[in-house]
Amino acid sequence: MAQKITIEPVTRVEGHGKVTIHLDDNQQVTESRLHIVEFRGFERFVCGRPFWEAPVLVQRLCGICPVSHHLAAAKAMDMIVGAGAGNGLTPVAEKMRRLMHYGQIFQSHVLHFFHLASPDLLFGMDADPEKRNVIGVIMEHTELAKQAVLMRKYGQEIIAATAGKKIHGTGAIPGGINKNLSLEARDAFLNGINSNPDLSADKMIEWSEAAIALLLDYHSSHTEFLDGFAAFPSNHLSLVRPDGALDLYHGVLRAVDPEGKRIVNDVDSRDYLDVVAEEVRSWSYMKFPYIKELGPKDGWYRVGPLARLNVCDFIPSPKAQAAFEQFRAYTKGKPNHMSMHYHWARLIETLHAAEMMKELLLDPDLQNTDLVTKGERCGEGIGLLEAPRGTLFHHYQVNKQDLITMCNLIVSTTNNNEPMNRAVNAAAVAQMTGKAEITEPMMNAVEVAIRAYDPCLSCATHAMGQMPLEVTLYDAAGAVLDQQRKGM
Amino acid sequence: MSETIETSSETITLTIDGQEIQAKTGQTILQAACENGIYIPTLCALHADKENGLKSDIAPGTCRICTVRVNGRTMAACTTPVAQDYIVENDTEELNDLRKTIVELLFVEGNHFCPSCEKSGSCDLQALAYRYQMLSPRFRYAFSSREVNAESPKLLFDRNRCILCRRCVLAITTEDGKQLFGFTKRGDKSGIIMDEELVKNISEEQAQQAMHICPVGAIIRKEKGFDTPFGQRKYDHNPIGSETVCTTCNGEKS
Repeated sequence: MAQKITIEPVTRVEGHGKVTIHLDDNQQVTESRLHIVEFRGFERFVCGRPFWEAPVLVQRLCGICPVSHHLAAAKAMDMIVGAGAGNGLTPVAEKMRRLMHYGQIFQSHVLHFFHLASPDLLFGMDADPEKRNVIGVIMEHTELAKQAVLMRKYGQEIIAATAGKKIHGTGAIPGGINKNLSLEARDAFLNGINSNPDLSADKMIEWSEAAIALLLDYHSSHTEFLDGFAAFPSNHLSLVRPDGALDLYHGVLRAVDPEGKRIVNDVDSRDYLDVVAEEVRSWSYMKFPYIKELGPKDGWYRVGPLARLNVCDFIPSPKAQAAFEQFRAYTKGKPNHMSMHYHWARLIETLHAAEMMKELLLDPDLQNTDLVTKGERCGEGIGLLEAPRGTLFHHYQVNKQDLITMCNLIVSTTNNNEPMNRAVNAAAVAQMTGKAEITEPMMNAVEVAIRAYDPCLSCATHAMGQMPLEVTLYDAAGAVLDQQRKGM
Repeated sequence: MSETIETSSETITLTIDGQEIQAKTGQTILQAACENGIYIPTLCALHADKENGLKSDIAPGTCRICTVRVNGRTMAACTTPVAQDYIVENDTEELNDLRKTIVELLFVEGNHFCPSCEKSGSCDLQALAYRYQMLSPRFRYAFSSREVNAESPKLLFDRNRCILCRRCVLAITTEDGKQLFGFTKRGDKSGIIMDEELVKNISEEQAQQAMHICPVGAIIRKEKGFDTPFGQRKYDHNPIGSETVCTTCNGEKS
């Protein structure tokens, strides 16, 4: 049965989730919804601003992965200044941007796995909340926590060296980049930042491999949970390099159905509107994207690490490729639909990012000085990339006076809207069917399902030790049976 | 007091914050302080140097951020000529609080969004806000409706950021002396307008000069600003007023 809940728009705050769960007369879960109640407005207020401000302005959408927005907007602006669509930059410009992006992917994935998700895995979903947090990890798994801090620091330092600042830099400009990498900085990243060998490129690769081993070890003793919790079939969408390789910075759009059959076949990213459309539902500010040809009912899809590894053919770095082969073999080459396997895919990407950072650091092109390319001006720019949480779409139109007249953004978490709702429902069915009272472990089970997708709304919340979340349980008549709030 | 300043060679003596200094008759208090390594903040007054291309100092007297006490009376240092035995108070708690208030008023009057401004890191207004530790304005934002003029192929004029200092009006002219910028309307409707015909044909050098002279991000050479990386912007390493010699003259004494 349906229950309408009205929530006034709130100004942008860091992540608020609201879940409603509806029960029928027999206490069976009939529907669950994840409501995102934040109002943004960036698409509107970027209009009227000069185009070269977009990469710096739009990244303020987020303090979690601003590099992704910075680069997606810069890629769109490359088209505006006639520097091509992902292939027209000078080698130093493209490689500096890639290094920035892999630094971002690396630190974001590390943050998510170690700081946010690992407490659930290390202590269990039903452990005491006092212990089930990052402080608990520090207290009981000190060496692991130290690695996590240093890995995140390494990624952040890479971002600072390429973008200028760890958060909200200005490195990517229309048609290129505003600086190259000094030899001193390169040597520090290769051999150890501040001469600390624990902050070297090789150590990042070693620790990334160890993280995968840790997860696989956990999997061997918790197979049923990791394979079965919030699992459901779906389509998967991501960018891939034209030869089928995993490429997080640029590529063509590809999607596969639950059986692995291609339903979007390597479409130029500039033609994304031919592939993707968005549905609006009255109860959430977050739209529901879907593959146009399949319609909103069947066309929804997953994005992010799990989707990327389901869509690509191979990973162009040796250690991550070996891990990828093991990942694909687990589902016999078919798409992997297990929500909790997002963590596995995320760690394989972490290893890939570590390998790519080292490869790029060894590339002498990073010291070149031809930073910017420009050509014939154009009025429309589209920039897509694979952000830590999934495919990110930036689309702008610019008038002859250089001012932006249209902006369309589809952010990664939006793509995962329907899958997150499905995951919440799966967790609710498993945990709450027949129950008239909500317990803390039940609440956390819902959080674990959402958290697997690493949505932006979870990030800030964990900084305070718990995710702001409201769960309401309704009976068949629409009466509130129970309501629990956390962190609000 | 004229807006461009000529000096003579006659020397007089005055004190600023208890320090006795020599100055030339006809100089302003600001010029005398600058020559003697004493910092008085400015937003509208500008000392001529090679970088800004000015032939002589300008002192529009609009911003009042240089307010000092002269023999107990508040005066604008940029428009007040020196005189024998003047006792000038400059770096005092009271005056700095007054200056902070002016900075806050300028921030709430316009629409200053530093995070995406091309001038961030090289902006005098932002630098003064840091100097006076402005964490949040004490006044309500006006949310003024201001236009962006992007008609010129080289220059962007963003009225959201304009503080009406009048530097551009006085400093940016054609070779035959025609002004490219001018004031329009009065009171709280005041604004700067561009002569679009003249600005359309502005040289690259003049476009760069216009951006450089503007103390905020109101005049932007199109596509410039973010091409300067962090660490190389004007105030990245030397906060405004931190040097012993006035930053506006970069150590070159007039």
